[in-house]
Amino acid sequence: MTDLAAPTTAPPPAQATSPLNWIRQNLFNTWYNSLLTILLLWIAYQLVPPIVTWLTVDAVWWAAPSEVCREAAGACWAFIHEKWRFIVFGFYPHAEQWRPALAMVIGLGLLAASCNRALWNRWLALGWLIGLPAIGILMSGGILGLTHVPNTRWGGLPLTLGLAVIGLVVAFPLGILLALARRSDMPAVRAVAIIYIELIRGVPLITILFMASLIIPLFLPSGVNFDRLARAQIGMIMFAAAYLAEVIRGGLQAIPKGQYEAADSLGLSYWQKQRLIILPQALRISIPPIVNTFIGFFKDTSLVIIIGLFDLVGAARASLADAEWRGFYKEAYLFIALIYFFFCYMMSAYSQHLERTLDHSNRRKGDLG
Amino acid sequence: MSATDTQQAPSVGRGSGEPMIQIRQLSKWFGNFQALDNIDLTVSRRERIVICGPSGSGKSTLIRCINALEPYQKGELLVDGIPVSDNLKNIDAVRSEVGMVFQQFNLFPHLTVLDNLTLAPIWVRKIPRAEAEETARYYLERVRIPEQADKYPGQLSGGQQQRVAIARSLCMKPKIMLFDEPTSALDPEMIKEVLDTMTELAKEGMTMLVVTHEMGFARKVANRVIFMDEGRIVEQNDPETFFNNPQSERTRLFLSQVLGH
Repeated sequence: MTDLAAPTTAPPPAQATSPLNWIRQNLFNTWYNSLLTILLLWIAYQLVPPIVTWLTVDAVWWAAPSEVCREAAGACWAFIHEKWRFIVFGFYPHAEQWRPALAMVIGLGLLAASCNRALWNRWLALGWLIGLPAIGILMSGGILGLTHVPNTRWGGLPLTLGLAVIGLVVAFPLGILLALARRSDMPAVRAVAIIYIELIRGVPLITILFMASLIIPLFLPSGVNFDRLARAQIGMIMFAAAYLAEVIRGGLQAIPKGQYEAADSLGLSYWQKQRLIILPQALRISIPPIVNTFIGFFKDTSLVIIIGLFDLVGAARASLADAEWRGFYKEAYLFIALIYFFFCYMMSAYSQHLERTLDHSNRRKGDLG
Repeated sequence: MSATDTQQAPSVGRGSGEPMIQIRQLSKWFGNFQALDNIDLTVSRRERIVICGPSGSGKSTLIRCINALEPYQKGELLVDGIPVSDNLKNIDAVRSEVGMVFQQFNLFPHLTVLDNLTLAPIWVRKIPRAEAEETARYYLERVRIPEQADKYPGQLSGGQQQRVAIARSLCMKPKIMLFDEPTSALDPEMIKEVLDTMTELAKEGMTMLVVTHEMGFARKVANRVIFMDEGRIVEQNDPETFFNNPQSERTRLFLSQVLGH
């Protein structure tokens, strides 16, 4: 290019238009767009007002006997009022439900604090060190004057959160190791990783949970009693690790060869190279699919119902078994949907925040010469 | 010193005698393609060697063998007396003495410039962080970008990134520096700043092997220029003789193409 025109400092041309113009240009610019706009407005008019009326105007908002609800045209929030503690805590003894509540507050508080890297210090580590046993003691009891609650009575939200959080915290490092193993130079290590990942991925989670709860005990020597909850947890960890491994492997493959060579030429060992150079970059690229897997896994915990554990979904279904309150499934499912949405949306929002803060290519994005 | 070596380079001004790199009968294949064919080369301390040749001639492959980024199948390669072989201990020992600068810089994009420089000294050399940072700032000063220490590589120009990459290697206090086409990915106006840094390094007595097409740099800085083609060393001489009186027809053709315009 020999065109050396003087740099111009003129502002970009104004593009602002009035709202009316915007509507005409975007919603009514052709006959078929006009038609679509009108159609969508009509559908919205048909759907939205009745739903809003059902949810609010016609709803029974406060505590009321079920007969009142059955006569009302709207949603029965009295059902939630009556049953929320059962849905949230399952069959945990009513008088002791402050214990799982407190355990959740401790666990979620520590998790929230851990999401902020500025708080990563020895106090947080100490917090986990004290918090985890505290959660265990609160849930299980049996000491410090707390009555013992066997884990067959645990249920609802604490069970869902416990299965998901422990599952992901253990499965994540396992997934990293499996991903590294699958890319290893050592054929035996690679073969083990491939067989494990392909076997687990080829089987539905329900099957793994059945195997964990029914088949594994058959192979254990008699007298060895392996906790049902622990078996379900292990099955879920095995499942999540295989999926995470493949997601992380995708990130590893995106790291340019030059990064490995630079680390090698500086004399870093294999593990130093992976931990300091490769994984920080690979995991950052993999945040969207990793969070995708996390969210999927969080919701998949509801499958434990098939081996007789009452997680949030299980407890909601059990609450409908009450003869007096039978039939209010819309309210029950809306209620737990809101709880699921809250946690999933938090994960999604945090991942977006993480992606922004870890993006260091700010100025020259896409400008690689 | 081997007989073949003295034969090939009789009148070349050497550094200070003792050999830093000894390569004998080195051959390497990529599948069925022979990339290096019986290379013999001895590099003395404080030598500045420029390797040139057409693409695919094996020049990059040769210097990548020296720090074991590429394995070789035949021959012998010693760096400061240590054999470069499959022995992982030897490879680690060699890599900690040999610095390498790449065409694509290969800085670590998730770390600041300062962290790029201190990472290997802290983790490989086990130097305390404060001391490593002091060294890092010294070398950033030397490559004339001390003010960029806290930026990320993506915020720097290509020339600045390559100077950071040079400083990163120097922080490991290497005895030998390898440069693999260090200016080929740079815009023309940034080539000079990188070559200036390399020239200074040469003046201080660093042993350097440079793969480059910058013939001006070769003339000015090198004490020996090597021309490679098809995996062989075709010709090596002091720059004066190499450029003014090339011995082989192929060298002459190459030089006319490189210098011709």
